[in-house]
Order: sequence, then C-alpha cells, then structure tokens
Amino acid sequence: MPLHLPRPLARALVWPSLALLFAPALVFGQVQPVPPSSVAPPAEEQVLTGSVTDDSAWRDLGIAIPAFPTDQKVATSADGGNTEALGRNLARVVYSDLKDNGLFKPTGPDALPGIGYAEVAAPAFAGWRARSAEMLVQGFVKGAADGRLTVGCYLYDVALGKELVRQGYVVKPVEWRRAAHKCADMVYSRLSGESPFFDSKIAYIAETGPKDHRRKQLAIMDSDGANHRFITSGQAVALTPRYSPDYRQIAYLSYVDGHPRIYVYDVGTGHQHLVTEAKGQTFAPRWSPDGKFILYSMAIAGNTDIYRVPVTGGESIRLTNAPGINVGGSYSPDGRRIVFESDRGGSQQVYVMNADGSGQHRISFFGGRAATPEWSPRGDQIAFTCICGNLRIAVMDPDGHNRRFLTDSWQDEAPTWSPNGRVIQFFRTERGTGHTGIWQVDLTGRNLRRLKTPVDASDPAWGPVLP
Amino acid sequence: MSVPFHSVRISTVSLLLAGLGLAGCATTPKELPPQPVAASTTTQSGSQMPQAPSEPQMAGPVGPMAGSEADFLASVIADTIHFDTDKYGVDSEGEGILRSQAQWLMRYPRKSVTIEGHCDERGTREYNLALGERRANAAKNYLVGLGIDPGRITTISYGKERPVALGSDEAAWAKNRRAVTITVN
Repeated sequence: MPLHLPRPLARALVWPSLALLFAPALVFGQVQPVPPSSVAPPAEEQVLTGSVTDDSAWRDLGIAIPAFPTDQKVATSADGGNTEALGRNLARVVYSDLKDNGLFKPTGPDALPGIGYAEVAAPAFAGWRARSAEMLVQGFVKGAADGRLTVGCYLYDVALGKELVRQGYVVKPVEWRRAAHKCADMVYSRLSGESPFFDSKIAYIAETGPKDHRRKQLAIMDSDGANHRFITSGQAVALTPRYSPDYRQIAYLSYVDGHPRIYVYDVGTGHQHLVTEAKGQTFAPRWSPDGKFILYSMAIAGNTDIYRVPVTGGESIRLTNAPGINVGGSYSPDGRRIVFESDRGGSQQVYVMNADGSGQHRISFFGGRAATPEWSPRGDQIAFTCICGNLRIAVMDPDGHNRRFLTDSWQDEAPTWSPNGRVIQFFRTERGTGHTGIWQVDLTGRNLRRLKTPVDASDPAWGPVLP
Repeated sequence: MSVPFHSVRISTVSLLLAGLGLAGCATTPKELPPQPVAASTTTQSGSQMPQAPSEPQMAGPVGPMAGSEADFLASVIADTIHFDTDKYGVDSEGEGILRSQAQWLMRYPRKSVTIEGHCDERGTREYNLALGERRANAAKNYLVGLGIDPGRITTISYGKERPVALGSDEAAWAKNRRAVTITVN
C-alpha cells in the first residue's frame, strides 16, 4: 500500500508527538483531516499512558466506534459501492479487530447512531458520556477523483473530552481494509502501550478432503481472515509456509517434483525456485529477520541437519552436525541466535545456538517433549509445542525457564507469533476426523478463538506489520 | 522413464505450470497427489503393462506378470513394515518382511524400489517429515545389508500426511507408523 500523498496538502496539522506513532508511509500530516469550521485540536495529549499499563485496566475500556461519515457520497470500488456505505464498513472492521481479539469493550457502528462529518473533529462528548462510552473512535472517508480514498481516524477520551491521537491514510480502494486495520492498530497501541499487529498478513495451508487424501494448498489472508487467496492449486501437497519479512516471497515445502523440497515463491511474479539444488529432502524453511538468509532442514540417510543459505543463492552452510534429527530454527529478533529442535539427546527438545552454529545447548528440561520453537519478535519468550500427553502450545523464557501452557486441547501445534509478540496463532487438529483449524491465543491464555477460514487450515505463519 | 527426482529441477518455474507439468509426466508410482483414488498397499506401478481389463483374471492359473508390482506383492511377505512410537528400528517381523523383499529384488536385478516412510498423527509435522525419512532409510539400510545395491533404492518421507488407518487410537497409529516398499520400472 503505497501511501503517496501530494506534499502541498500538508497543513499546519503536524503535532510533534504524532510522529512517534506513525509508520513511515503514513501521512496524516499530509491529509486534510477535518471539516474547516471545527478544528480545535488540543495541544497536549500524553494523557493515558500512565493509566493503561495494567492489562486488566485497559481491557475493560468501553470504546464507541460509530460509522465513519463522508464529506460527499461518491462511488468507490471498495466494499459498499460508495463512500457513505464504505464508512460504515470501515468502522465495522475497526470494531471487529478489537472485539475479536478480546481487546477493550467496543461497541460498533451497527449499535450506535451516526455522526455528521463536521462532528468527526468535534465530538459531541456529552452524548457519548450519556452512553457510558469511555473512549471514542471517530473517522471519516473521502473519495478522490483518481479513486483513492482518504481515511481519517481519531481517538478521543470521552471523560476528559480530549483527543488522544489521530492518523490519516490514503489507500487504493482495493486496500480499504488496511486503513481500518491501521486505525485499529493506532487505538490499540495508544491505549495498551503495545506495538501494533492488525495490519499484517498470514500464510497458511488450506486443507480439504478426507483424512487419507487431504488436499493441502498454500494460501494467504489478512490477519483477520479477509482477502483470502489460494496460491497453489492443490495438485501437489504444500506444507509449512513462511512469509519473507518484506512479504514478497513465501518459502514453503512442496511435493511438486515428487519429493518434499523447499521452494521460494515470489508473490509478485508467481514464479518459484528451489531453495537449494542439493539432493536430499529439504523442509522446515525459516527466514532470517533481515530477510537475507533462509534456514532449511535437510534429511540425508536418516540424519537431519539445519543449513543456512543466502536468499540470492549460493553456498549452504551446515549449522548442526549432531547425529539425529535437528530441525526447524527460529532466529532471535537481533539475528544473533537460533532456537531449534533436536532429538540428539534421545527425544525432541529445544536447543539454542549462535547464528553461526556455535554454542549449541539444550534449554528445555521438563517432562515430555518440546518441538517447533519460535522466538518472539520481542525476544522475551519462546513459543513451542509441548508434547506432554496431548500436544499443547506453551511459552518459556529464552533460557528455558518459566514454562507456561497457553492451550489445553487434544492436538495443538506449530505456534507463530503476532508481529508485536503478544498473540500466538497455531493449528488445532480434531481427534478422529483430522479436521484442522487455525486458532489464536494471547499471552494471558484467556483470549482463545478460532480464526474464520474458508476451509480447514493449518501451519499458520504470521508476517510483520505492513509499512 | 519415470524419474521422480530430476524431472522438474527447473530453477524458476511458474507454479501452476509446474503443477500441470507434473500431472503431464506423472508416470512415477506414487506421485503424491492430493487425492488419488485410494491405493494404499496395492499401489500400481505407472509403468506396468496394462492388463486387458475385460479379460477375467481368474479364468486360469495365470499369475501376475513376472517382475511386476503385482508379482512383487504376491511374492513378498508384505510390502509394509511397522515401527514403534517414535522409533525407527526394524524389528524381527520387519526383518522377515524385508528379507522377502530382498529375495525378490535379487530375482529381478533391473528393478528398483522406492521406500516411503510414514508416521502417526501424534507428532509435530516437521519432525515427522524427518522421522519418516529416517524410517524409510532404516528399511533401505536393511535391504542394502542383504546385498541390494543402494542405487536401486530411493526413499521418500510423507511424515504424517498420508495415514492408511484413519482412527485416532493406538491401533490406527500403529498401522500408520510404517515403511512401504513400492517397485519402480
């Protein structure tokens, strides 16, 4: 989503503190955000930061999100057909983002009165107080002659009668949902103190058919399940995708040439190439945080080891050489260490090594086996699959201490982190039928839900927040 | 020639085209299709001579064509050996089965086989891909130990992706922890 806005539109609306909250491509200062007569932006706005550090406190905030009005109802190819209907859809997406993730106590546009365009920057606080709303998200949408949409998003503290933060986005109609995700991200970040995560995408495996003849296709979708798209036809089994950090490529396993091997698929061109020409079975692809390297695992004569290869091709470096199965690998956010899985000690356990393969040591020491470790993008936790009777999603500190279970079902596996390291997705398999679905849980373990996918789904891989 | 490995080694290939290309040259025995008609242990070799379908097969004491997959299945104790949970060692029953397979391979020195390694559903996906390879390799090593040229044996792992028993219980899992030998050529 290139958010190009002509410079001349910039007004004297850039507040010093806003820059902090803006992703580089966001251009609120360049957006004409408000109806002319009603501008009275408050000067200070560091209001809530002190009061929202406690989880439970901000989680209970009531947030009203009325439909986003438009200055002029014009046709658009975005959902709704015109900017007025689109404004309601935008507010619905913001509402769903917050509600579906158990964040705050939002009330959406379908349960609230509409507001006028002039009200966007001058809320009727008294009315919202009467509705017991503590926070208020208002926005607008405008259509430009070239089809682009400008969406403004404002967060108000109703009790204080103050604006807390605002952003604006210019998007192509096809990307209208991203403006809503950015708005939800702004609200979430401002009120929780956490980094954003809604405006991101997920690669996964779509599954159909009976248990013994499953069709497994590579697919992608937005973090809320929208904009779903199949990438492969299902002719060959596809497994374990991983988005590159820039979303331009997906590394995944395919049986397309008859044997399981990793391909790197270019989202833009639709072409793909083998991650290595080496002859063995390659699987378990992983990207380095800078997107320059791919880790892969290769099985040769009963042994599996982890290798690193430049994305641009070239020589592979073998990182593990202990007899046994050494598989997977997830970089720490600084790229200096790798957490991986090995059964060199007799059963699957989690190990850490330096990025060059040195200093390999086991970190998981508890009952059961530990598999599929994934380092949090924040660096503070490692998520993994605990094979402890059932298969369960758990987290631990990077030194292996403080294991905590987040799920308790028959078979949950393959955790993947939200870009802000606060939420984990994984897939759950149903006993007997083999049906699979992608589930999501936050680090408290309290907010567990199943993602809506068109068909059964497994192997989720969450990418970073879009610029 | 049904070479599963080298046929599509193109460094850059359009995805859908690759899929179609595969379908076009899918003469290998188990081409990995998402939904082949159930074949399990009686998979037919793609290069097998077609038997006249209308001819009643039981009409005489005509055995399977020498060296065919059907002949293989009729000659060996079984095409499949099984493994304990998380293990890849060949047990005595498996050894007997592999010996019978080795005898057949001695009889038809121009035949090759692919050994598929499989796991039960109670493990993580990637580890099972590795474990399946390890099991297939264990079976291969046993055959090689009996004098079969390793160049005649390829291995492939399906991890937990292709169960033959569909239940979620010990009996089903025991059936799914397996290595299956399939003739090629």
